[in-house]
Amino acid sequence: MNSDLRSPLNRARGLGSAKDGLHHWWAQRLTALALIPLVIWFAISLVMMSGADYGMVRAWIGSPVAMVLLILTIVIGLHHGHLGLQVVIEDYVHNDGVKLALIVAVRFVAVLFGLAAVVAIMRIGFGG
Amino acid sequence: MAEFTLPANSKVGVGQTYAAPAGAKNIRKFKVYRWTPEDGKNPSVDTYEVDMDTCGPMVLDALIKIKNEMDSSLTFRRSCREGVCGSCAMNIDGTNTLACTKFIDEVKGDIKIYPLPHMPVVRDLVPDLNVPYAQLTSIEPWLKSTTQPPTRERLQSPEERAKLDGLWECILCFCCSTSCPSYWWNGERYLGPAILLQAYRWIADSRDEAKGERLDNLEDPFRLYRCHTIMNCTKTCPKSLNPAKAIAEIKKLMVERTI
Repeated sequence: MNSDLRSPLNRARGLGSAKDGLHHWWAQRLTALALIPLVIWFAISLVMMSGADYGMVRAWIGSPVAMVLLILTIVIGLHHGHLGLQVVIEDYVHNDGVKLALIVAVRFVAVLFGLAAVVAIMRIGFGG
Repeated sequence: MAEFTLPANSKVGVGQTYAAPAGAKNIRKFKVYRWTPEDGKNPSVDTYEVDMDTCGPMVLDALIKIKNEMDSSLTFRRSCREGVCGSCAMNIDGTNTLACTKFIDEVKGDIKIYPLPHMPVVRDLVPDLNVPYAQLTSIEPWLKSTTQPPTRERLQSPEERAKLDGLWECILCFCCSTSCPSYWWNGERYLGPAILLQAYRWIADSRDEAKGERLDNLEDPFRLYRCHTIMNCTKTCPKSLNPAKAIAEIKKLMVERTI
């Protein structure tokens, strides 16, 4: 039987406006915009390095421009990815507990991967 | 979770067939969704063979003919029969539209008619629209002004009035909202294209003094930002309006007031 006897207006108003959401939406747009040139640069770099040996790739990663752009690509890419995954979770997962757990997990994994990638690139770049 | 199959009590079976009267030469088949709450049965699709030589050109003409001459139990909403009341919104040939402005000739093959998608069904083609109506109430769709009312009309320049074109024509048939996957999955928290277009109609009104308050109430990950520009709303609107653009304008204003 129907266990929800709230009035339609009560259901429509819910807990009120979160007064939030603009930042998430805007960040998703800005990161998307930034990723256009970064991904093009990354793809061209990969093509240009076809046939390069280990030493050449290390030297490329260690060059200041490549280091900065690589870190930007990975960090912005992960930020954009985690924002997008959060939207997918909010769209399709309707159990509040599972939803919260997934959103937190995605965020933690993104931070972990991002930090690991930055440390790796810096170690290569600074010869650690 | 989002549901990708119908619940067991919503699975649609095959219903009865109502044959055309003897001697009818120009017959088209209407396959109509039927469900009544009383008999405890699953929904079914009944087939009505309609004699087109004695039927008007619109899908609503056929539905009325079926109800008058073949099966008086068929239940649907209709009123104005000219696309201004929004009552006869239903899913015809896979697209949400108004039965009264949809030509039967536009449909190839059998004419399949279902209620608006993903809404609770009251009976046959009648969906329960209480939540969308309450969502309309929640955005307070009336002019708000704290300035002392003038002794005459509140003036608006032709340019200011032009900003309401494409918004005031909405008849609240909910073809758009019920075509939107985001509204299907989060219909109670996402306001949906119809209500957001209404919200923008008041935000865009030069006489309204509550824009900030209106934007505050919309700024929410679910109420507004469930719109992912899928564009089903604009594609399906029987009045050729553009709810997706209205939503985009609201999102632009959200940014504009922060920079």
